Amino acid sequence: MDSLCPRFSLIKKPVLFTALVPLVFLLVFYFYPLGGIFIRSFMDHGDFSLTRLLKVFNSPRMAGIVTFTFWQASLSTLMTLCAALPCAWVMGSFDFRGKKLIMTLATLPFVLPTIVVASAFQALLGKGGIMAAMFPFYDGGLEGSLGAILLAHVFYNFSIVLRVTSGFLSSMGKDISQAGSMLGASPLQVFIKVVLPVLMPAITGASLLVFIFCFSSFGVVMILGGPAFSTIEVEIYRQAAHLFNLPVAAMLCLLQVLFNFLMMWLYASLQVKAAQFLPKAEGAGLKKPVSILQKLMVGLCTLFIIIFCTLPIAGLFLESLWHNGGPSLIYYRELFFNTSGSIFYISPVDAVFNSLLFALAALCMSLVTGGCAAYFIRYSNGRIGDFFDSLFMLPLSTSAVTLGFGIIITLDKPPLNLRTSLFLIPILHTLVAFPFVVRVLLPALRAIPSSLKDAAVIMGASPFRVWMHVELPIIARALSVGAIFAFTISLGEFGATLFAARPEFATLPVTIYKFLGQPGTMNRGQAMALSSILMLVTAAAFILMETVREKAGHNGF
Amino acid sequence: MKKSFLFNAVISGLLIAVFQIHVPEISLADTLHVRESADTLHVRESADTLHVQESADTLHVRESADTLHVQESADTLHVQDAAQTDISAERNHGFRIPVGEITLMTHDSFSISADVVKKFEVQNNAKIIFLKAGDAGEALNKAILSKNNPLADVFYGVDNTFLSRALKHNIFISYTSPMLSEIDDNLKLDPENRLLPVDFGDVCLNYDKKWFAQRNIPPPTMLEDLVKPRYKGLLIIQNPATSSPGLAFLLTTISRFGEFDSLDFWKKLKANDILITSGWKEAYWGKFSAASDGDRPIVVSYASSPAAEVHFADKKLDDAHLDDAHLDDAPTAAVTDNGSAFRQIEFAGILKGSKNMELARKLMDFLLSRTFQEDIPLQMFMFPANKNASLPEVFEKHAVITPEPASLAPEEISGKRELWIENWTELML
Repeated sequence: MDSLCPRFSLIKKPVLFTALVPLVFLLVFYFYPLGGIFIRSFMDHGDFSLTRLLKVFNSPRMAGIVTFTFWQASLSTLMTLCAALPCAWVMGSFDFRGKKLIMTLATLPFVLPTIVVASAFQALLGKGGIMAAMFPFYDGGLEGSLGAILLAHVFYNFSIVLRVTSGFLSSMGKDISQAGSMLGASPLQVFIKVVLPVLMPAITGASLLVFIFCFSSFGVVMILGGPAFSTIEVEIYRQAAHLFNLPVAAMLCLLQVLFNFLMMWLYASLQVKAAQFLPKAEGAGLKKPVSILQKLMVGLCTLFIIIFCTLPIAGLFLESLWHNGGPSLIYYRELFFNTSGSIFYISPVDAVFNSLLFALAALCMSLVTGGCAAYFIRYSNGRIGDFFDSLFMLPLSTSAVTLGFGIIITLDKPPLNLRTSLFLIPILHTLVAFPFVVRVLLPALRAIPSSLKDAAVIMGASPFRVWMHVELPIIARALSVGAIFAFTISLGEFGATLFAARPEFATLPVTIYKFLGQPGTMNRGQAMALSSILMLVTAAAFILMETVREKAGHNGF
Repeated sequence: MKKSFLFNAVISGLLIAVFQIHVPEISLADTLHVRESADTLHVRESADTLHVQESADTLHVRESADTLHVQESADTLHVQDAAQTDISAERNHGFRIPVGEITLMTHDSFSISADVVKKFEVQNNAKIIFLKAGDAGEALNKAILSKNNPLADVFYGVDNTFLSRALKHNIFISYTSPMLSEIDDNLKLDPENRLLPVDFGDVCLNYDKKWFAQRNIPPPTMLEDLVKPRYKGLLIIQNPATSSPGLAFLLTTISRFGEFDSLDFWKKLKANDILITSGWKEAYWGKFSAASDGDRPIVVSYASSPAAEVHFADKKLDDAHLDDAHLDDAPTAAVTDNGSAFRQIEFAGILKGSKNMELARKLMDFLLSRTFQEDIPLQMFMFPANKNASLPEVFEKHAVITPEPASLAPEEISGKRELWIENWTELML
């Protein structure tokens, strides 16, 4: 994919060593445990029989589950694109006041525990909810339906498409589209013939992430869809955790991993050759909305994001501040007291601290692992690159229960006695987060013409200086999007955090779940208060990260 | 003044060291250094700091205040009434007190008071490490998978629906605790005492009292009521394949109507527009009219849930510490009569391969003792298995124990559980 003089690139060879970082990481923390549990399930398990396995797989129920998994994931991805792409275009083209806030708001749903979102949806869309009260034609029919699953998937994944695409667009610069207009193309023609093709790698990359997320959706399907719906992931959980039918669970997990690998591989090899362009320093492509039409677009987009993303969230905030028919801070105050004297009590300050610590660790690890992986894929031979690109995406779609069981039986001896180690939490978070960094970074890396670096090399710059002064400023935007997602994934992650099982290091989502484990209004109120704190912490971290990046950007980065 | 005490302390320390004399009791204010004390050493009311090096067999300390350093003390160390700062200092700053470690593996819903933990730790010079390993099913599966290299010494939280699976995989060691004499015989299900009953709770219907009062409809009193047209569209249950109260409710119907007639009952329930959720949280916090914005007033929960509702009701900060000072009326009530409640019994046992059998046995005894048993109700909202344990007031008032719960033999449950769930899934989903 190198355009001008591929063999001339002096920085090409050493870059390939970067593959070692993600490969070793995956080998130790992913393939080894997963292989362990597969072998154990198929070989070691006393009551394993092929006929029984085949019987499970030939049942119409299983066929239904597989079909449904594909179908809902495709539909969810399509709907997410429809909702997010127009907004992404506006966000990536215009600069206006409050934009940072709007972008932050749009990303908040990502960290919320599903059970909390389900409760918020119930208040908004349920039979006795606000929507049913406001609109007589709506009867609360979304409750426990496919519609609820789709809506929740769009709600959660909206920000992936929004951030990835708008980030790419804003670094694209106006000159390409301006050239089109000068040559006499209408704005629509410019968009379809110029902007869209250049944007395509970012759009497909984001869609792929959304698809994989929805494909292996667990909480949303289980909690919002109810038992009438089941994805492969839900079925794996059912088989592994409740029926302890490990052969079936392992088989399903293998199936899911294979599906994803094939899909990724197909995507990687069919991918249209990415257009290269001279990326602008960040924000250069942004303009202020001037005409009425442009202002209208910005207004509509802002309104949509506020209504769609913040309405359910606002409900949570209100509930956490409302007590006995009036505003009150009692739920927040009560969080600071260990009323029941439990040894597992954790103050909100400690929970926030734990969450931030793990998220920061996951962020650093994901950037390094994902960055190395992206560089390797970018500079390796087409086919090898495609293969590893597909391989690196696998952890995204792997059942947490199965991987957890694998870790129990494999990482149990020194030097890797990690079963109950604290390090396991950021490691597991990184497994899910680093493919994100790869997907976000790769389009940006591919868009850099190698002539740009070659020029710097010829002029005598060392490889490090080339990277520091040529590449880094260009990919900084993509890196920061990757960082934000790695951070967010870690903040909202629940399964892995629970897995490492050391109650004294409980994170915010774990603490929220703990409150919802027992009846009583105080528990519900405190869960809502903690959810609000989780969102506030996330928002504050976003704004801090963006500010730091902007400051660094002004100093030449 | 301080100096003289210090001098005194050093001298007495040296005396002990040189002459190896038995010092029955020392009462000191500031600092005490002890090196190589003989058989037994008693210390009362040492105030600021106590240094002990190589004390011999036994060392008793009463009311030590701030810091306590012990290096290489011998067999036993008793500390009584050590002030709180003392214990935390030793924990947080890693002062060397000879401490045994014992790991308790359990499920997410487990909870225990900090005071109760401390009592065990002080009595046995041990530290308990807690591992929470997912929901009840997941935690047990992890224990089974780690059989060859166990994650913990003691496992807490196998219930009677999982009992057979746990015993089949042979991961527990039999231990006939002396405390078993205080445990209700009806709860003992393993004759070999590999798993000992610790607590129990009844899964049953809960209803929203206000909802029924406002509409002047009598609340249901037995399972049979649920299929009546009057209760159409009111019930929420959980999927037995993914939720333990859900499974318990399915088992209730099988116990009440028999394996085959229960399917008939479920058909009628389905026709009566019940709502099925995946887990208890979604049902209770998402759909139940008494606890959420949901509109259904009957839910499958626990007989102790009304007590939890009262205990965790909105209260002012001022009376938060006045332990249930106002025992208001519960907003919900439980239906437990006519065999409509399924008794879930939770067991604990010592895991095979435990490296600390002595301490593991002591922890098992402790789990069955009144100290821990009386902590169970308000921490986990389950009932203690110990007959002598007294219940908190809120339980006495708002939680019911039915004399005739529905129950099935664990072997029958484990043999047919998959089949029953499959049949149910086919019929209901």
